[in-house]
Parts: sequence; C-alpha cells; structure tokens
Amino acid sequence: MLGKTANGLFWMYRYLERAENVSRLVETGQRIALTRSGESDEDWQSVLQSAGVTAGFHDHYDAVTKDTVIDWMLRAKGNPSSVLNCIGGARQNARLVRTALTGEVWEGTNAIYMGARDMLARKVGERDLPNILRRIRQQTALVRGATHGTMLRNDIYDFCRIGTFLERADNTTRILDVKYYVLLPSVMAVGTDLDNVQWETILRSVSARGGFRMEFGNQFEPRDIASFLILDRRFPRSLGFCVDKLRSNMEFLGREYGNFPRAHGMVVDMSERHLSRDIDEIFDYGLHEFVQETLNCLGALGQQIEIDYRFYE
Amino acid sequence: MDDEPIFDEMLGRDDRIRAPYAKFKDWFDGEEPKRLRDKQREAEELFRLTGITFNVYGRAEAEERLIPFDIVPRIISNGEWQRLSRGIEQRVRAINAFLHDIYHRQEIVKAGKLPAQMIDRNEAFLPEMIGVDPPGNIYTHIVGIDLVRTDDDRFYVLEDNARTPSGVSYMLENRETMLQMFPELFSQNRVQSVQNYPSHLRKSLAACAPQGLSGRPAVAVLTPGIYNSAYFEHAFLADQMGVELVEGHDLRIVDGRVAMRTTQGYKQIDVLYRRVDDEFLDPLNFNPDSALGVPGIMDVYRAGRITIANAPGTGIADDKAIYSYIPDIVQFYTGERPLLENVPTWRCSEPDSLAYVLDNLSELVVKEVHGSGGYGMLIGPTATKKDIAEFRKKLTARPGNYIAQPTLSLSTVPIFNRAGLTPRHVDLRPFVLVSPDGIRITPGGLTRVALKKGSLVVNSSQGGGTKDTWVLED
Repeated sequence: MLGKTANGLFWMYRYLERAENVSRLVETGQRIALTRSGESDEDWQSVLQSAGVTAGFHDHYDAVTKDTVIDWMLRAKGNPSSVLNCIGGARQNARLVRTALTGEVWEGTNAIYMGARDMLARKVGERDLPNILRRIRQQTALVRGATHGTMLRNDIYDFCRIGTFLERADNTTRILDVKYYVLLPSVMAVGTDLDNVQWETILRSVSARGGFRMEFGNQFEPRDIASFLILDRRFPRSLGFCVDKLRSNMEFLGREYGNFPRAHGMVVDMSERHLSRDIDEIFDYGLHEFVQETLNCLGALGQQIEIDYRFYE
Repeated sequence: MDDEPIFDEMLGRDDRIRAPYAKFKDWFDGEEPKRLRDKQREAEELFRLTGITFNVYGRAEAEERLIPFDIVPRIISNGEWQRLSRGIEQRVRAINAFLHDIYHRQEIVKAGKLPAQMIDRNEAFLPEMIGVDPPGNIYTHIVGIDLVRTDDDRFYVLEDNARTPSGVSYMLENRETMLQMFPELFSQNRVQSVQNYPSHLRKSLAACAPQGLSGRPAVAVLTPGIYNSAYFEHAFLADQMGVELVEGHDLRIVDGRVAMRTTQGYKQIDVLYRRVDDEFLDPLNFNPDSALGVPGIMDVYRAGRITIANAPGTGIADDKAIYSYIPDIVQFYTGERPLLENVPTWRCSEPDSLAYVLDNLSELVVKEVHGSGGYGMLIGPTATKKDIAEFRKKLTARPGNYIAQPTLSLSTVPIFNRAGLTPRHVDLRPFVLVSPDGIRITPGGLTRVALKKGSLVVNSSQGGGTKDTWVLED
C-alpha cells in the first residue's frame, strides 16, 4: 500500500470519528442546557473546551452563547474541527484513497458529505438541531457498519482502525482533561445537584450513560466514572478499550509486514505500563498528571505511526 | 443542405423507426412518461452518490459537477459496428506506425507525403523521443477516436485522441446505471458487454511491460491529483484494475527504476498509465516547475526500464494540423485505402485555403490547431457578426494556428425531456486498446449529446450530456 494511502485512510477515519464526537458534545450541551434550571453560558464554555475547539472562537464571535457555540462547532469554516469541516476532510481523504475503499464505504462517506452540506448550509435552528445531530450520527454509523461488513481484513483495514481509535482515545482523554476536577474525591459522601449535572455531562459526552447505568445503577460515584472511562475494557470509548484496539491492529500490521516498528513498542508500553494501574493507583499518582501523560503518549504515537509507515516523504 | 431533413439515428429521415431501435421504441411507447422522469431523477441520484463528477476548471471553489445523463440509449447494429471497427483499427495501426517513423527515420517526410515543417515546427513534437524505442514498440496504448455520423452509412473522424483520452468511466458507469434502472431492456435487447474494459486495459498494459521482468508487471495509474477534472476517472480505473493510483510525489527513481513509496518502503513500477500531460511528466526533462511528475523518469524510460502509456510525444499524431494528413498517413503505412473518412479540412497555413476560409467564415467551423474541449473555436452558422469579425482578426494574425471544416449535418438521437423524445446532435468516442497482442475496441464507447436544441457542441464543459451506447449482437 502507498504511504499516502495509509495516511489518507488514517485521516479519513479520524475525521469521521471526530465529526461524531463533536456532534455528540453539541448534543450533550444542548441536553444539559434544556434540562437544567438557570442555564448558564459557562456550560457552553465547557463544551467548547471539551471539544478542544476554543482556539479561534473569539476571532469569530463576541460572546460564548448557545447559538455561537453550536454554530462554531457544527458549521464554522474557521474551525478546523467543526462537524462540517471534519466531514469534508473525511470525504476529501476518501476521494484520495478511493481505490482502497469498497463502493459501499465510499458511497456512505459521500452520502454523509452531501447530507451535511445541505443540512448545515445555513444556521441551524433549535427545532432542527436534534434531527440533524441524529442523522449525522446515523450516517457515520452506516460507514462504520459498511467498513465492518465489506472491507478486507488487511493493512487497509488496520489503518482505518488505527485512525478511529487514536482519535477516540484522544477524545475521551481530552474530556477527562477538561473535567478531571469534578471527578476528584470529595469530602462529601453524596454529590450536590451541581456535581450530578457535571457527572451526567461527562457520561453523555462519551455515550456512556447507558453502559454506566447497567454496571453501577443510578448512583454516580466519581471514582466509578473515572474507572469506567479510563480502564473498563468493556466500554468501547474507554481509554483502555481504545489502546487495546490500537495494539491489536498494530500487531496485525506487524505480522502482515513482518516488522514491528517503534510505534508498536509505544502502544505496547502504553497498554502494559501506563494502563496497568488500577483506579486507586491512578488517583494516588494524580488524575490530572495521568491524563496529561496520556495525551502526550497519544500525540507521540500518532507522529511515530506517520514516520514508521511513510505517510509523508 | 438546409431543405434536407437531418438524419436521426432512431427515425432516419422519414420518421420510420430504424431496425436497431425497434425494440427500444416498443418498450418506450409502453412506458408512463412520469415513471421515466422519476427514473431520470433516480439516475442522477445514483451518479451523485457514486461521485461520478468532474471538476470545472477555473472556478474559485473546486466545484464538482455531474455530467447530465440521458436515459435513451444510442443504438448501433452489429453490422454498422463491424464496419466502423475495421476502420478504427486501420487508423490506429497507422498512427502507431507514423509515430514510430517520425521519431526514427521520418520516411514519410522523405517520401514527400508530409511537409517537414509539420514536424519540426510542431509544438507537439517531442525531440526527447527521437530514437527512443518504447517497450513493445507501442506508442498509443489507449486511443479514443471521435466520430460523427451524417447518414446511414457515413461516419467521419472528427478527431483522434492519442494522448490521454478520457471518458471511458462514463461509458462504464452509464451502462451500469442503465442495467440497474431498466434491467428489462437488456432482456429484450442483446447488447454487447463493455464491462470487461478494465480487465482488458490491465492485460493490455501488462503486455506492454519492459522486457526481462521477473514476475507479474506492476501497473499504476498516475494522476495529477484530486483537483484534476478527471480525477474520478483516474480513481475509477485504478480501482477497477486493482492497481495503485499514484501522484508524482509518491514516486521517485530508485536503483534506475521508477518506484512508489509504500508503507513498507519503495516498490518498483513497471507500467505507468499516466494521466498527466507530457510537459508535466518530468521536471528534469520538461517543465522544471512541474510538481505533478517524477524527476528523472524520462531517463528511466529511455533506458527501457519502464513503460509509459501513452508514450510521451504521441500528441503529434492527434494535432489538428496533422489531422488533415491522416488519410495520407493511413495510405502510406498500411498501403490500403482509408476505411474511415476525415471531415474535409482547410489548412489555413496554406494561402489558397486561407482565402477560401476568410470568404466563407459564416458557413465554416474554425478550430485552433492546439485547442481542446470546444474552446477557442468559431461555429460560423450560429456565430454573431461581431464574433465573426473578431475571429477574422485572430485568423489573419496567425493563420497557421487554425484549420477550418464545413459544418456537417450531424446525426441526431432523441433525448427524453418534457416534450418526450426530442432529437439532439451526438458524437461517439470508441475506446481502443493497443498492445503487442493486438488491437481491441470496446463495442460502443462514449456518446456525447448536445442538450441544447440545434447545438453542435457536445463537450461536457459546455453543457453536453452523455448516453449509454449499445452495440447489438446479430
């Protein structure tokens, strides 16, 4: 496979994943704003931060409000991670690697793009928002399904998966980075209403509410939430799950190519050293330090993959 | 000429259904127009979803547009096709012999059949190719011959495309769309298949690989990139052939071979189906600013260690100034009378012809020798006085830059629109593959249709559409 193709696949799936994550954060923000008495724009500030899209916002808007944040995150040209830009980026990369994709995957990706271009052509009104977000999620799910159901399990597939899980791990970790302080142990045995809102927000931002409830019932404990998001291998957006997937896909690649490059060693190290702690050890170590270190590891891993697989010259 | 009705391929000149269209017309008459309109929309949706678009040059945003597709097929009988393909094969054979000759001994010039200046002063002539022997001695691996029709048995060659002819993906996708939308038509009519084109293309390219390779030749398609107007086709063909789609920056010369950068290091390429123009192919040998090509590829080529398809320098054969000599060229290299006719052509470089052309501008089509895509031409009968006056100035200033042809009364094939079946002018581009194993012509080709009433311009960049083209079995 061409290095350029590996690069294109990697970014196509990163962008698809990112489009989905950003729209989920918008959905969470909207949901919290609607159900909470005394809406405050601080919540939207926090949504911006969770998505990591604060940079540049204030060049385009005067104030952080519901309308400006939603517009920025969904459709702003100036925001490289707006849903529309992510979908455009995914489709652009898909065009670049068209020969590596099955017809179904390509058509699915093209359909998301055509749909998003129409739906997000103008400012999105409150009434249309839920429907638009749902459709974006459905369509990205469709591409994921077509990927599972039609693509050969070869190096092409491995790069799709590596892009997906690197982006997802990054997303979950970034949310922890912004919100770690609400998960720190508190002297109070039971959380305040404000705490409860914060915890629910975190779970919703990674589609973890249902899964968490199955495991822990309706009792939100910050320690359980942190453990679920970081270590629970059954939860497909947990850091542990994503790193396991990165590791197994890099191992498939290594076996197919008969060569395990440096990036492989890095992911093994993340899985065996960094993520081998239990949640108490992580809290003892310092949740914030742990999260920071994770972000650094993921960044370095991404760069090493580019080098090892000759994405660029 | 005006009083004679135009030849319609479905209805002839006298509104009697011609045989190849009989079954289609029966089917059509039994269909609800509304259902057909829905189908037409459905086809458009299919094209949009599969991304069969072309990019329009010179627009601010890289706009992707659909080429309009008309659901009425253009139907050719097997007999008509046999005659045509014999003529095409003869012409393509002659073009290859011509290319070999002018890059070697130039016998045709010595024999006085072609003025030396047609070669020496021609921008399309590539001195770097002199004395080079392409692998398998093939110059034009892929050719598209543009044909027009004026009558039951009269076809003319409008243009030979010997560089990088495009449009074959539309031929394939148009058929695919028709098969999906109207499967019953293909049970009622026995239509010769075109779907094997990509595998024939791959075989044909592989057969032209350099000598002495161990193992299967590695083939790749070279594209200028995703912003090129024909990118869809480049990706489509690479995908259908199961070969890599590469850009210049994926390639470099490694150990005297062209190699592509893969996830596991550099891998050798033996045959490059390039969709990049000559001048951009090699910044070391041609345009030094080109970022689309591969520095040094011409040196590898001259050493016989890669096949470039089509060979560099083939543009000399489809140059519009050379075009008028093609009947002589066919005669010279095959020793046979040309089976396909040229459109009569005045070379404005010749004073007598120029005088005639200037006197008859309002009745002629005048084309730039190096132009393409229907730009820079004058269509006398539909031009305004002002257009003609302006063109006259350009023509007098650089007569050698132009040729002129009579406006032929081009055949029509109906399209389906609100008024039902409505005649529109068409042309036809069959696709020809050339290898040491022989010449293969895919039955049919790309039919382009001028969607505007009375218009003779079929180019997609100027509002033309396409049709599925059927060649019936006997």
